[in-house]
Amino acid sequence: MLYLDNAATTIHKPEEVRAAVTAAFDTLGNAGRGASAPSLDASRVIYETREKLARLFHAGDPRRIVFTANATESLNIALKGLFSEGDHVITTVLEHNSVLCPLYECRKKGVELTILGCDEKGRISYEEMESAVRDNTKAVVCTHASNLTGNMIALEQVGTLGKKHGLLLIADASQTAGVWPIDVGKMQIDVLCFTGHKSLLGPQGTGGMYVGEGVRIRPLLSGGSGIDTYNEAHPAEMPTALEAGTLNGHGIAGLGAAVSWIEKTGMDRIRQRELSLMRRFYNGVSRIPGVMVYGDFDTDERAPVVSINILDYDSSEVSDELSTEYGIVTRPGAHCAPLMHRALGTVEQGAVRFSFSYYNTEEEVELAINAVRELAYD
Amino acid sequence: MREKELRLVVTFHTTADAMAMEKACRTMEIPGRLIPVPRSISAGCGLAWCAPLTAEEDIRAVMEARGIGPEGLYECMVRM
Repeated sequence: MLYLDNAATTIHKPEEVRAAVTAAFDTLGNAGRGASAPSLDASRVIYETREKLARLFHAGDPRRIVFTANATESLNIALKGLFSEGDHVITTVLEHNSVLCPLYECRKKGVELTILGCDEKGRISYEEMESAVRDNTKAVVCTHASNLTGNMIALEQVGTLGKKHGLLLIADASQTAGVWPIDVGKMQIDVLCFTGHKSLLGPQGTGGMYVGEGVRIRPLLSGGSGIDTYNEAHPAEMPTALEAGTLNGHGIAGLGAAVSWIEKTGMDRIRQRELSLMRRFYNGVSRIPGVMVYGDFDTDERAPVVSINILDYDSSEVSDELSTEYGIVTRPGAHCAPLMHRALGTVEQGAVRFSFSYYNTEEEVELAINAVRELAYD
Repeated sequence: MREKELRLVVTFHTTADAMAMEKACRTMEIPGRLIPVPRSISAGCGLAWCAPLTAEEDIRAVMEARGIGPEGLYECMVRM
């Protein structure tokens, strides 16, 4: 199998991740539930992972890192817990449904929504973003990189623009955490949502969020916290305020090992490798007659994703052909990014997304290019 | 059962605070260990840092330096 669906989830993880999860299965109790050795071991592993993620995102205090099951949960917590009737929120067509669906729910409850469009290459306009700010605008919610085109949004620019108008910045780093540097201070990010199982190379079922000092989010869940049992209210202190129920200690142990591996290997090295594979694939397929590539490839400031179509072929049929005839795994269809597809005019056809990981090779990229060429000439 | 001794007991708002405390005390070589919150302090649950009374000054200093807000600081009889 030639796996090129790393934007959905990375299959190839560092060996250390597997080892950490296996060790956790053998040793960890329930974190924060008593002072037994297994419980303390779990609490320590989880706290150390908070520290690593705080370091990765330049977050300072590890207690501002909250663990969730994935970016979708983080985004639901943030968006449903921050906005109220009468607030205005700015977002973009680049967003995944994990941003859009919660925002649509907010809209039904009286939150006003502006969704910024994009140009033919899928790029947003920062001038348009600033023009959209109103008196009641509370926040900008945007992705760091589109999961369909790979195009990035300059978070530092959005942060600066937002702070000028007193806005919160809620960023979705699902496609970039672990590959692109994220500095929540420099970028003025108030809430950063991430998933553990994609470019962070951790297990599925791990994810989280950074919540800035002074940002108060109404919790989505309440319940067991291991502390203050006879209080009828869930604790208000971070990170417990947003973490009800047993945490995924086994998965978080793996995520911690993954972040250590990224630190050891070097994020710059990981990114350069992934972008080099992406660029090689792009150069190969973009010259093939009948192949349409989506997104902005004038820059390497992007996620390592190349979405294409071949002639007028249904993207699902192309992806299935790649899988059955060549053993190449890609992602066809709509990618939970309805507005991006609408903007690119690919609602009917969908698109075939190739996404690369540090562990892919040049040989694999050549095989994928040849497969696309054969299908285009078929 | 072990004999009880008068000890300094620090309680926390969150498990993460307790973990931050343990880490800071280990780094600074301040004596003590995490225990379940004694019933005489709280009917709730959670972790507490239990240390000799002589460590109070160091403990207050490390908590301030690391931004760990105590829920409470007590002297109580604890089995060590």
